[in-house]
Amino acid sequence: MHELPVTESILKMVLESAQKNQAKSVTDITLTIGSLSSIVDDSVQFYWDFVSKGTICENAKLHFNRVVATLKCLDCGTTYSLIEELTPCPSCGSINIIILSGEEFQVDHIEIVKEETNSDETTR
Amino acid sequence: MKQRVEIVKRIMDSNDRLAQNNQAILDQHHIFGINLMASPGAGKTSFILETIKRLPAEIKLGVIEGDTAPVTIDSDKIAAAGIPTVQINTGGECHLDANMIEMALVELPLEELNLIIVENVGNLICPAAFRLGTHANVLIASIPEGDDKPYKYPNIYRGLDVLIINKIDLSPYIEFRMDYFQQGVEMLNPGLQTFALSAKTGGGFDAWIAWLTRKVTAK
Repeated sequence: MHELPVTESILKMVLESAQKNQAKSVTDITLTIGSLSSIVDDSVQFYWDFVSKGTICENAKLHFNRVVATLKCLDCGTTYSLIEELTPCPSCGSINIIILSGEEFQVDHIEIVKEETNSDETTR
Repeated sequence: MKQRVEIVKRIMDSNDRLAQNNQAILDQHHIFGINLMASPGAGKTSFILETIKRLPAEIKLGVIEGDTAPVTIDSDKIAAAGIPTVQINTGGECHLDANMIEMALVELPLEELNLIIVENVGNLICPAAFRLGTHANVLIASIPEGDDKPYKYPNIYRGLDVLIINKIDLSPYIEFRMDYFQQGVEMLNPGLQTFALSAKTGGGFDAWIAWLTRKVTAK
């Protein structure tokens, strides 16, 4: 249930980037959330509507790019996905594994509507 | 005109930056910092109290107590043991974050300390996401909680430096498959430093105190 402060962080990051790019409004935000990151996207959406009110992000649509946890067995090389709980390698039973993906938790990109006056300007 | 702006930034970045500042403050004072996490009732406070009893005289401890409500039961016990203690009331938040620690550090006599233990809010999910700037993430798992916790809460086990298995004195009475538990831990965090002990009987504390003393004196 730590989605409120997390959603506030998302808003802060998006606002920073939007302002740097002279955005008039933000229409879409794409987030990547790994299944091991213990973030509930429904809660993020719920808090988002609340924290974004009155900002240029109000009404922006949140898109969640969910990443399934992928593990690799270091003994036999099998790569497998975790659908439910953590399990040893399904091929050889080894617990000598590494987590390849599933821990992501980031803002990927946003879609903004620019101020018309300086639409040609690009900021680097 | 619509435009796509790439960000590709970890959402926890701003907290992590504050955490780095906290670590710099601790380093400057040669203080070793511990972020102590556990579920409610795993024995965090009794573990701290038993640790206090056994600390060598050269270790000067300060404690930051995180609680969701202004209840000072835990911090009173620790203050009664003569330890400088700061209570953080998170106002219902389920975890401590780096910003709260920054504010608490100001209230501790840092010049006099060489060890700080932060008792995080009892919770296995949220504290895992927020780095505090301490040097070691320590989790207390207790036998009565069950042997499936690494499988259910993988995230918290991933970021650990030390695992404490508490209440081992209850092993004869509770079904806890140590092999199964440790298999889960090993998958998530191979070779994790683990101490099995009992904060009630004091059994197993010697190894933990030896580890802690080594870390503190190395700072």
